[in-house]
Amino acid sequence: MFFELFYGLRDEGVPVAIQEWMMLMRALAMGQHGSSLDGFYHVARACLVKSETYFDAFDRVFARIFKGVEGELSVPDQLLEWLSDPKNFTDLTDEQRAMLEELSRDELLRRYLETLERQTERHDGGGRWIGTGGHSPFGHGGEHPTGIRVGGQSQRKSAMKVAEERHFKDYRTDETLDLRGTQVALKRLRQLTRQGRPDELDLDETVDETCRNAGEIELVFRPERKNNVRLLLLMDVGGSMDPYYKPVSRLLTALHAARGLRDFRAYYFHNCVYENIYSDARLLRSSAIPTGDLFRQLDERWKVAFVGDAAMHPHELMSPFGNIDPRRETETPGIAWLQRIADHFERSVWLNPDPEKSWRSTRSTAAIASVFPMFHLSVDGLEKAVAALVGARKVA
Amino acid sequence: MSSKPRQPFHQFQGTKGYIASAPLIDAVNCAIALERPLLIKGEPGTGKTLLARHVSEGLGMPMESWHIKSTSKAADGLYVYDTIQRLNDARFGDGDVKDVRRYIKHGPLGRVFAAQERHVLLIDEVDKADVEFPNDLLRELDEMRFTVLETGDEVVAAQRPVVIITSNNEKELPDAFLRRCVFYFIDFPDVPLMKQIVDVHHPNLDATLLDQVLIKFYWLRGQSELRKKPSTSELIDWIAALLRSGVTQQQIEQHLPFIGTLLKTEQDTDALASYSEGGGAIPRKWSDLGPQFRQ
Repeated sequence: MFFELFYGLRDEGVPVAIQEWMMLMRALAMGQHGSSLDGFYHVARACLVKSETYFDAFDRVFARIFKGVEGELSVPDQLLEWLSDPKNFTDLTDEQRAMLEELSRDELLRRYLETLERQTERHDGGGRWIGTGGHSPFGHGGEHPTGIRVGGQSQRKSAMKVAEERHFKDYRTDETLDLRGTQVALKRLRQLTRQGRPDELDLDETVDETCRNAGEIELVFRPERKNNVRLLLLMDVGGSMDPYYKPVSRLLTALHAARGLRDFRAYYFHNCVYENIYSDARLLRSSAIPTGDLFRQLDERWKVAFVGDAAMHPHELMSPFGNIDPRRETETPGIAWLQRIADHFERSVWLNPDPEKSWRSTRSTAAIASVFPMFHLSVDGLEKAVAALVGARKVA
Repeated sequence: MSSKPRQPFHQFQGTKGYIASAPLIDAVNCAIALERPLLIKGEPGTGKTLLARHVSEGLGMPMESWHIKSTSKAADGLYVYDTIQRLNDARFGDGDVKDVRRYIKHGPLGRVFAAQERHVLLIDEVDKADVEFPNDLLRELDEMRFTVLETGDEVVAAQRPVVIITSNNEKELPDAFLRRCVFYFIDFPDVPLMKQIVDVHHPNLDATLLDQVLIKFYWLRGQSELRKKPSTSELIDWIAALLRSGVTQQQIEQHLPFIGTLLKTEQDTDALASYSEGGGAIPRKWSDLGPQFRQ
């Protein structure tokens, strides 16, 4: 049963390893759980789960495995009260009401546990799963009159009830799963240079100078090491990029959290860069900025990273007046704009969320890959891209 | 709780000044017994830092705190070698310059290790520092020993300290570090627990006044437009302000005086002001807040 818990957690994606397991075993051997399921629940959670984002998964696994350990489960009285009074259900049709009335206490409980078991992810809205905003009889915040939290406000909740309440489901953010990988990759995006005011004591130099000075103290200062990387991010939005919303937003989150960059700017475009880029993802005319401004304002030391699938009709890339939006016309083909960017800035990369094997078969992608070094938008690809931006220069 | 067979020593049971929920007490005792660091996460203002002080009080152990800043380095917690002082002494002939040990100054971790008595060590806001900071402390926290490079001395903890680490979730902590910790997430207190907490700080508060205050407080917290939700410590301050000004129960029922103690950004205050100007109602009963607050 205990191993079921361990593997159940691992199956749910909770990062539990032997080390945590041994910790729990030691705690149990010491009697920290006080020989009660209650205590076991808390001790197991404290030892095995290290982030509130996994509490929900833990609750689900726990409820599944230890179902029935405490014998009879009590369904909160509030819930039963609600359910036994059909008058509360004003928004339901007569038919639905009749169906609900048919549900007996036991049946309700059975269905509750069953649903809990089948449910594998957070759920908002809808009619069957437990979650928020739905019209299933279980959950909270929904239109179904039983928009009551499942579970009471009692002081001492039993472990089973706590687990079943799944109080922590709001903390689940599966998106953060790989954020750290991204952050770590981006951490390498730095070139430490000593520039500016000398305000940090250089200890080694001070000792050296003092010795040279025959013991007369000579303090030597130097500027602090700071990251000198300025990053310009150009992002393709809309259309074929929509499915990649998650990885792109994760990259953005990580970039915003990476406070080390000296300067960071992000602009948007659709499919290809033409005479304008946009400071807003909606690409409104009011947020348009002439692409030429980039060349005037940003010097060649800025690092440029494109994010886009580079997949478009060859006409959009190669022909004059190729912009897919007919209201915006420029004679210069997109590829020429891209080439200008590649020429102006010393280092630039293209991050492509499409799988690598599809690049060569798409003509526009192959053309762009000949202008910019192209990398896959994954943690590995990002590491390589960062190396291309700040790493040692390849011998041409 | 009393039925649990546990070791007789170093048992945290909560203190008069700090209301800890049973699971939190379990987690604290689990960390003490396992001799593992206890990692506490939670919203700001839920009493993470306070916990350490009260654990130290409850266990009767002295406490050492290490407040982490963005510039903190792991090595600073162990010891600092004061080269400048030594140079200065060499130049001006003060003291015995030959003795390097005189210029080794222990940091919080070093002091706790070197002490004869068992300490509570608080490492506050560990997420403020660089991403790699927790990794740099792994060995020291695991083995509770470190070597002073300048002298070759090894500092070994005579008594493994009770280590309490707090995090505000500003950064993800490295897995290797998490694996070694006992974890507890301080959830925002529910109403009955909040009443107990308020009682500790403002004993004998009028029950109806308290209800009114809490209704407003939980209502504000429920507003998703707010940029910064008010926290427990702000609630305590707010009640203190209300009591000092002698606000009557009727006044609090209809208005939100001293809102500045609860809302800390201009946008939030403006949002609330425009809400009341627009004729928005401020709740007066628990049932106004929705079914989950039904008493």
